[in-house]
Amino acid sequence: MSALDRMSRRTLLKAGALTVGFALGSIRTEVFAQASSAPRVLDPKEVDAFLSVNGDGTVTLFAGKVDLGQGLRIAMRQIAAEELGIGIDQIHYVEGDTSLTPDQGRTAGSAGIARGGMQIRQAAATARKALVELAAKRLNAKPEDLVADDGKVRPKSGGAGVVFAELLKGERFGLKLDPKAPLKDPSTYTLVGRPLPKPDVPHKCTGSGGYVFMHDFSVAGMLHARVIRPPAIGAGLVSVDEASIAEFAGTQVVRIKDFLAVVAQDEWTAVKAARAIRAQWTAGSGLPDQDRLAQTLRTEPGITEERLVNKGTQAETSPSNAKVLSATYYWPMQSHASLGPSCAVADVNADGATVWTASQGTHGNRATYARFLGLPPEKVRLIYLEGAGCYGMNGHEDAAAEAAILSRAVGRPVRVQWSREEEHGWDPKGPPQLIDIAGAVGADGRIMHWRTDLWLPETTRGMPNIPLLAPEAAGLDQVRGINAGLISQNGDPPYSAENISVVVHWLKSTPVRAAPLRSPGKPANCFAVESFVDELAAAAGIDAVEFRLRGLTDPRGIEVIKRAAALMNWQARPSPRNDTSASLARGRGFAYVHYKHNETYVAMGIEAAVERESGRIKVERVVCAHDCGQIINPDGVRAQVEGSTLQTLSRVLMEEVKFDRARVLSVDWASYPILRFSDVPELTIELIDRPTEPPLGAGEAACTTVGAALANAVFDATGARLRTVPFTPERVKAALNARSG
Amino acid sequence: MATYDLHVNGVVRTVDSSDPDKPLLYVLRGLGLTATKFGCGLGQCGACTVLVEGSAMRSCQLTIADARGKRVTTLEGLGTASAPHPIQAAFIKEQVPQCGYCTSGMIMTTAALLAEKAKPTGPEIRAALEGNLCRCGTHLRVVRAVLAASGQGG
Repeated sequence: MSALDRMSRRTLLKAGALTVGFALGSIRTEVFAQASSAPRVLDPKEVDAFLSVNGDGTVTLFAGKVDLGQGLRIAMRQIAAEELGIGIDQIHYVEGDTSLTPDQGRTAGSAGIARGGMQIRQAAATARKALVELAAKRLNAKPEDLVADDGKVRPKSGGAGVVFAELLKGERFGLKLDPKAPLKDPSTYTLVGRPLPKPDVPHKCTGSGGYVFMHDFSVAGMLHARVIRPPAIGAGLVSVDEASIAEFAGTQVVRIKDFLAVVAQDEWTAVKAARAIRAQWTAGSGLPDQDRLAQTLRTEPGITEERLVNKGTQAETSPSNAKVLSATYYWPMQSHASLGPSCAVADVNADGATVWTASQGTHGNRATYARFLGLPPEKVRLIYLEGAGCYGMNGHEDAAAEAAILSRAVGRPVRVQWSREEEHGWDPKGPPQLIDIAGAVGADGRIMHWRTDLWLPETTRGMPNIPLLAPEAAGLDQVRGINAGLISQNGDPPYSAENISVVVHWLKSTPVRAAPLRSPGKPANCFAVESFVDELAAAAGIDAVEFRLRGLTDPRGIEVIKRAAALMNWQARPSPRNDTSASLARGRGFAYVHYKHNETYVAMGIEAAVERESGRIKVERVVCAHDCGQIINPDGVRAQVEGSTLQTLSRVLMEEVKFDRARVLSVDWASYPILRFSDVPELTIELIDRPTEPPLGAGEAACTTVGAALANAVFDATGARLRTVPFTPERVKAALNARSG
Repeated sequence: MATYDLHVNGVVRTVDSSDPDKPLLYVLRGLGLTATKFGCGLGQCGACTVLVEGSAMRSCQLTIADARGKRVTTLEGLGTASAPHPIQAAFIKEQVPQCGYCTSGMIMTTAALLAEKAKPTGPEIRAALEGNLCRCGTHLRVVRAVLAASGQGG
């Protein structure tokens, strides 16, 4: 049975009182039939790119943004069904397919709903307006006397309506998205704002019902491949001993310049052949000395400077009673550390290339794949299938490129599955971030001067970058089109100050490929900024929450801070606490962010205990007040805030990619540990819903407050300041010793 | 080529393998039972957890020879989307999965735990699941689901 057939099974989901029927892609067969006579409209300016009214009265929603577990499959349906006036169970859903869905940009930057969802809302509003106008003609009525509801347009006064399909009669809308098409009044919403369950969850919990993971996908005639990685980054392939895998009958070696892989009939044979094959490699291109990485970033040759923020005009002089501070913060290189190693399937034949991929950038990768395959883009189709969570850009893009190159080489569909060692060793990494901050606080507790200096790889600047491994090794041309996600944002405090400047020092290189990793750069920048704010508050002897409130005028910012403080039962007093000598020292810390200075508001408080003797931090409680504007699905937002908080807690407490001068050494869960159940704190989340405000992202903002809230809690408990992530017991003990010494 | 009889989800499956060391994980996935996931192949993450004679085991660390004649249960053997097992129903009700890659292993570990202890405490649940990794941060929902599945939900 093909995956498409498997996906075409209609599945039902029951949750509470609400029974929702979803067709997970059941429309695909129908769409293919349609495509032969009339190709899909893919221009995201067109209503038809997003919505198609089917003959049976259902509607198909085509989303270019993809669901990575963050719940777009339900949230996008809620938006479309609400605005169009049709039952949510009447919406089929197709996502991330370059032949079927419009290009809505990479699913990244917390923009799935905020931008992608709003395109869909506007498409649905435009469609509803058109349907009502068609019905007005048909019923000889005024449009304002009609309403679209439950898949038909009917008189508001009652009476039979006309179903959408009958109004369109198989025709397309043929309309551009109309920014003036009236949107529904949020006070009348019946679907948006409700915690509807995610349609993929029953399948993920049972393994049944037709949902197909990338890792479980197969096509007829498919072979299984493993790529052989060099022993050092940048090493060239000298020779391959093909006889070393002679015992694995039917297994092919594919070598293209420095790209080496084995292709076998079944997966286990591919694994064994990959372990057995012998090859000679040159020395690699070398990595810097990890122990001195933070210092060497500062002195790397070829650095260019850019002033990102320059606010305030007063001379940078401080009155004699001002407290002047400076500090250096460091966030290490980290891995996406996806639970499932990357996987992809590709079929490259005389007709073109089809690539099944879990990438967050199906459409964006098309030109890249076309270039290295030497095909025109219209001959390359990328189809999204959900894989293990990737939180930015793990190895999914690389695995898909490898599958495509190998399929072309062997003339059969090929599945590439990375090993654990490959995923930890070769995924592009969140780059190291070095941050200096200098500032002054007046006796009245107002920030006078503030300067942040960031050292960041130039490849994160929005320049072409992130070369894929296989085309690079095989010497194939590639379009380098993805940047690492504006990691310089939120380097300045959100509080008023006489002068604020942020200078970024662009580095020519990074130790390994830099890539966006959830909330790119902002967890580090906010860690530094909100830690330094805490240092200023402590220097001024002012309570940390009070200090923040004094510097803010934005009422939404003030509200999240007050709510988080209330959730914590925050008692106003300066940090550190009076007695910091307890063997198990308890403290509380606070942090606030206005994400990217124009998106979601988050305030977070953490209560933690520090075990002096072991240096171990036990995070006991996290509270978070979160305002992302209009909430489409509160349970979806809550899950994202939970995930953001716990994943970042893991990054802050324990994660650092380890490498020697040749390669990454932290290549399993023992050498790159992540948060476990016993490390998980109590978590209280308060969502502030603002139905009349635009919806903002929820997948990233709460990542940014974790580092500072925890460092500030440790400072409150012990008087010791942690400025380097991760907060390992060794670092905690060193900070405690430095304080007592 | 040797032949192995496995008792998978209540059905005897006869599998040919020239390699007695082939991990059970690949055998199960080869039978189309793909809910059991490859996460590390090292026994470190728990994504491939199945029940062998009722005990939670890492299928990447067992060979086809180890599993010969044993009763093996995978996620598919518990229930289906339309008729879920109580643990699966609790995970669905709590909307536990995000990416869902760890979910099968979490549920199978829970099944072994609840077979041993009908009403585990919160700390006992966390201890039982300590070897199951989740990268999306669904831990708190997992604990709530296990409490609910054992009749201790709020």
